[in-house]
Amino acid sequence: MPRVAGVDIPNEKRIDVALTYIYGIGPFSAKAICKEAQIEPGARAKNLTEDELGRIIGILDRTYVIEGQLRRRISADIGRLRDIGCYRGMRHRRGLPVRGQRTRTNARTRKGPRKTVAGKKGVKEMH
Amino acid sequence: MGRSLKKGPFVDPKLLRRVEAMNQTGRREAMQTWHRSCTIVPEFIGHTFMVHNGKMFHKVFVTEDMVGHKLGEFSPTRVFRGHTMARAKEAAATT
Repeated sequence: MPRVAGVDIPNEKRIDVALTYIYGIGPFSAKAICKEAQIEPGARAKNLTEDELGRIIGILDRTYVIEGQLRRRISADIGRLRDIGCYRGMRHRRGLPVRGQRTRTNARTRKGPRKTVAGKKGVKEMH
Repeated sequence: MGRSLKKGPFVDPKLLRRVEAMNQTGRREAMQTWHRSCTIVPEFIGHTFMVHNGKMFHKVFVTEDMVGHKLGEFSPTRVFRGHTMARAKEAAATT
């Protein structure tokens, strides 16, 4: 199986799909990579020649931030927001939604599992 | 939606004038301001602003990392003192 971007081993899928297995590459950039490398998007990842793989890796290195590097950049960006004491940073520190969503109900992705408080009225009774 | 690039960032002209005057003389003093929507530009670095939050002024010392944010982002308008139940539990734990 071909190896692209270090640990990523896209499998027997079309390359435009296989490339999306790389963190930081979605369907859009995967198609753009195929186009730039002049590879048929429908070709299977296992059928790529060394040369074609080399072209893909070259493009990834030159124009995309992926995998560990991207993860590090994102956490650095959040860390910056936390450090400067702005509203968004504060929301990150508190584990609450950052982009102005309601928190009266929902927001479970950020807040985690419900912590039931005894005697508190449920959502249905609130009017 | 983002702001049109043509216009550039919104910086309150009066505030910018005051900062530039201070940069010329090298004086540094806190400026009270109500302009929460004013973007922080590089000229502001090292200055202290007193940013109004609707009730009082929050002291904001501008560092390099803050450039591009708005002054209001550093002056919270809401105070969360916890829920009643949590507070009761806390009080019970301390006594």
